[in-house]
Amino acid sequence: MENLYDVIVVGGGHAGCEAASASARVGAKTALITHKICSIGEMSCNPAIGGLGKGHLVREIDALDGLMGKVIDKAGIQFRMLNSSKGPAVRGPRAQADRELYKKYMLEFLQNQQNLDLIEAAVEGLVIEDENRVLGVILNDGSVINAKNVILTSGTFLNGVMFIGHQTSVGGRVGDISCAGITPYLKNLGLKTGRLKTGTPARLNGKTINWSVLEEQSGDEKPEPFSYLTEKIENPQIKCYITHTNEETHKIIRDNFSKCALFSGLITGVGPRYCPSIEDKLVKFADRTSHQIFLEPEGLNTDVVYPNGISTSLPEDVQHLFIHTMKGLENVEILRPAYAIEYDYVDPQELNHCLKVKKTQGLYLAGQINGTTGYEEAGAQGLVAGVNAALSALGKDDEFVIDRSQAYIGVMIDDLITKGVDEPYRMFTSRSEYRLHLRADNADMRLTEIGYRAGCVCKERYSVFKVKKEAVDSCRELSLNLKTDYATLESFGLTVNHDGAKRTAYQLMGYNDVSHETIYQIFPELKCFDEKVYEQIEIESRYSGYIKRQLSDIEVFKKDEGLKIRDNIDYAKIGGLSREMVYKLSKVMPATIGEASRIPGVTPAAITAILGYLKK
Amino acid sequence: MDNKTIYALSTVYGKSGVAVIRVSGADALDVFKYMTKIETLYLKPRYAYFTDIIDSVNKNTLDKALLIYFKAPNSFTGEDIVEIQCHGSKAVLSSVLDSLSNINNFRLAEAGEFSKRAFYNQKMDLTEAEGLADLIDAETSEQQKYALRQMEGNLKNLYENWREELLKVYAYMEAYIDFPEEDIPDSIKESNMNTVFKLIKAIDEHLSSSKNSERLREGFRVVVAGPANAGKSSLLNAVVKRNAVIVSDIAGTTRDAVDVNLDIKGYPVIFTDTAGIRKTDDIIEQQGVKIAFEKIKDADLVLAMFDAAKDDASIFDEIKKESENKLLYIANKSDCLTFEQCSELEKQGCFLISAKYNKGVDELIEKIGNFIGANFTSGSNMLITRKRYKEALLECLENLKNFNFEKEIELSAEDIRLAARALGKITGRFEVDEILDKIFGSFCIGK
Repeated sequence: MENLYDVIVVGGGHAGCEAASASARVGAKTALITHKICSIGEMSCNPAIGGLGKGHLVREIDALDGLMGKVIDKAGIQFRMLNSSKGPAVRGPRAQADRELYKKYMLEFLQNQQNLDLIEAAVEGLVIEDENRVLGVILNDGSVINAKNVILTSGTFLNGVMFIGHQTSVGGRVGDISCAGITPYLKNLGLKTGRLKTGTPARLNGKTINWSVLEEQSGDEKPEPFSYLTEKIENPQIKCYITHTNEETHKIIRDNFSKCALFSGLITGVGPRYCPSIEDKLVKFADRTSHQIFLEPEGLNTDVVYPNGISTSLPEDVQHLFIHTMKGLENVEILRPAYAIEYDYVDPQELNHCLKVKKTQGLYLAGQINGTTGYEEAGAQGLVAGVNAALSALGKDDEFVIDRSQAYIGVMIDDLITKGVDEPYRMFTSRSEYRLHLRADNADMRLTEIGYRAGCVCKERYSVFKVKKEAVDSCRELSLNLKTDYATLESFGLTVNHDGAKRTAYQLMGYNDVSHETIYQIFPELKCFDEKVYEQIEIESRYSGYIKRQLSDIEVFKKDEGLKIRDNIDYAKIGGLSREMVYKLSKVMPATIGEASRIPGVTPAAITAILGYLKK
Repeated sequence: MDNKTIYALSTVYGKSGVAVIRVSGADALDVFKYMTKIETLYLKPRYAYFTDIIDSVNKNTLDKALLIYFKAPNSFTGEDIVEIQCHGSKAVLSSVLDSLSNINNFRLAEAGEFSKRAFYNQKMDLTEAEGLADLIDAETSEQQKYALRQMEGNLKNLYENWREELLKVYAYMEAYIDFPEEDIPDSIKESNMNTVFKLIKAIDEHLSSSKNSERLREGFRVVVAGPANAGKSSLLNAVVKRNAVIVSDIAGTTRDAVDVNLDIKGYPVIFTDTAGIRKTDDIIEQQGVKIAFEKIKDADLVLAMFDAAKDDASIFDEIKKESENKLLYIANKSDCLTFEQCSELEKQGCFLISAKYNKGVDELIEKIGNFIGANFTSGSNMLITRKRYKEALLECLENLKNFNFEKEIELSAEDIRLAARALGKITGRFEVDEILDKIFGSFCIGK
């Protein structure tokens, strides 16, 4: 049968949207199939985008011309730069979103995208040939849509089961059906699957919260956009509020531990340790008598409030009891109880760097199905899967691979495919060994060129980028050439050593105690550069010693990544490898020596043995 | 490296009553198959089998031997091992080794290959493997004791503990970076700073003991210096004769300097005889004197020897400047002195001998042994024996010294990361997940 599409994306969540858009941008004829078009871009959990590590991912998605940054800039109602008191490498943009606006703009971007069809239908199965080739999808009415490549972004919908206390119901999100049908197809393809758990807290009626007694949390005075293309945030900015759990709250929860789905053994999946349920927190941090709870409005025109920090699988009546013990929430109306959800995921060690299933032709996976948590993590994977599925469908040999030294996206994908997951994977800046180089401020410098070459970055963005890049380069060159002596510096009120050495503008820009204004006074030539451009050089200079070392580490890393391991290698034949090593390596089948070295438990000795074998 | 089964004699060739031959690899059981009449099917691992051992080709009986089978992975190398304990005569050994070489897929092991395989199979980590190499090379009892300690992972524990401490510091800092809304106590800065200071001190001390361990590996340098005809060579000969354990004779003759390896009270000692020191126009002799001065500079102990009948200790005033704390005056030819002269010299701190008549030589050897014992093995028993460790420790130290809380937290975190990574180079690797585990083990993380 003829292919109707080059690429089909199953799912309209954050991974699906980026995948469909990226695939279409590269030029592949693409369809996004979702069971509800009105749910496209739904924020199923907290109404916020970004954060530390996550904000970096959004900037990277944006640098590759993805949607998330542009959409949150239009839908954001409270922007904050986290860690603004710390250095630039560990700052992370975060924004509260208006849920409805977010969906609205996401849908708009998709509808305006060339080469992309949105189809409302439930996907029930995959068309598989010869047990290792996916040719399309089967819809619930039995009809078939063929495609060269299929990207699954099913989120928590694969065999999703929801828990409120001991009550269980089948579904991927409250009010939505789950799809049980696809997992058996994945198992038939020989893919290893498992169960993971996540949860979302209750939703509160803001009208019934006593705001006046709560601590306020405002956004930044000057909201900084996510997208490199956004000039200014237009939405009005709102406030969030903070309350705390107390000893009474904790007592109620403890008294009802036996009623938790979590503790009574109903839920077998593993949940993320960093967004633990409140009962998890009480067990793990037994000595704490209070935990912070953030009250976040879900939008400009809604009274729904998201209480960040009290995910739970306790029964509804207990939720009522303990929520009412908190300051400001004494009389709050609970609109919807918290629930926990357990779902199928595929072991990401089944994937390669393109997020293609290694043993299957035509199948890509992105998002929560790969064991990650978070919109940003999902979106970033969607983008990479989308570009690769499109390139392959269009018959191009190029692979779109981002490595650890280039972006957090690369760190995440590499972690997933080499290490697998044993709990939902969330991004942190500490996951990157090149953190000082991979910053939220320079994602465009790192990625836009690469994206343009792969075809997922449009001309408009590329030319904006080129202009900035040229400005950054010339600002760097100029600042390195501008020099001054200590007498001049002292005349501007700076204290410097009388060592006779001249200092460059570049050096001075990196000093924490020298202000922009002073630099401009000494070197008026630098005034012509845009603030963002100046900032790039300032950061470079400030980190220069450390970045130099990281760059030389990156060179070593690239060397290891350059050592390819052939596809058909038989690890059992390599002398000196233990059975355990053979098993681990055969399972992951790393593409390079660098990748092999990052598989947990693979020893330097094993790497030496492989190198020796390859050199034979 | 290949997949072959390797064999080698594990005991000293040609001397022992019983010899041990080790066979390791996937086909190790072929020893039973081709060289005994024991059915391998019913073979029990770790049982000793006393049996005739026959030639693998012509089936002639070679010896009666004890055979033990260690089943993989529960063996030294992690592979199947068969140990043959046979008689130690050269004839038996060469016939058994010959017979092994004729079994298909068997080959003689290369130096250190058993340990290498053990390492590859994760039976030991690098510190243990390197300790083992020293053990095999161990020439003297002190060295052997130390090598055993290292093999037990003494060093590994030390470095792992340091790294653990650093990872704790790192985890605190990462928590502070990645979870800005979380309240991490202020007191942590101070305690982290203290931990780092403590580590800097510990590593510094550890490094300063590294000279000791190099000496322990290579031998302590005792140099005999002095004017020509003071009797230096006679002393060397006398000392050598007193020592039964001469591991290697003249190791290398540099012009006029002669090295002899000795065992003194369990310490490996390189005993060096040098050219007589005097002003001369002879170019070759000048060269010899120059070398003598270099040897003195490198020495751990200088035996400043003079002819007590002709000179006194003042002739060493030039050398004294450079070799304080390691100079021992030896007044030779005590046989030519009066009792009064002798006691006068002793008062000045000179050690009296008569190399010619072998008087005082035993006492001198005793004194040398005590000197080494007092100066080199007191204090830290954790000695660094490998250059590789030393480099990694220096790298760690450099990064720790960069660390402070004045700079941005991501930079101080980077200092700690690099320091921990340097330590990780010695014993293992650095896992990001390890850090996260620590963070979540100690903090409540919400938003």
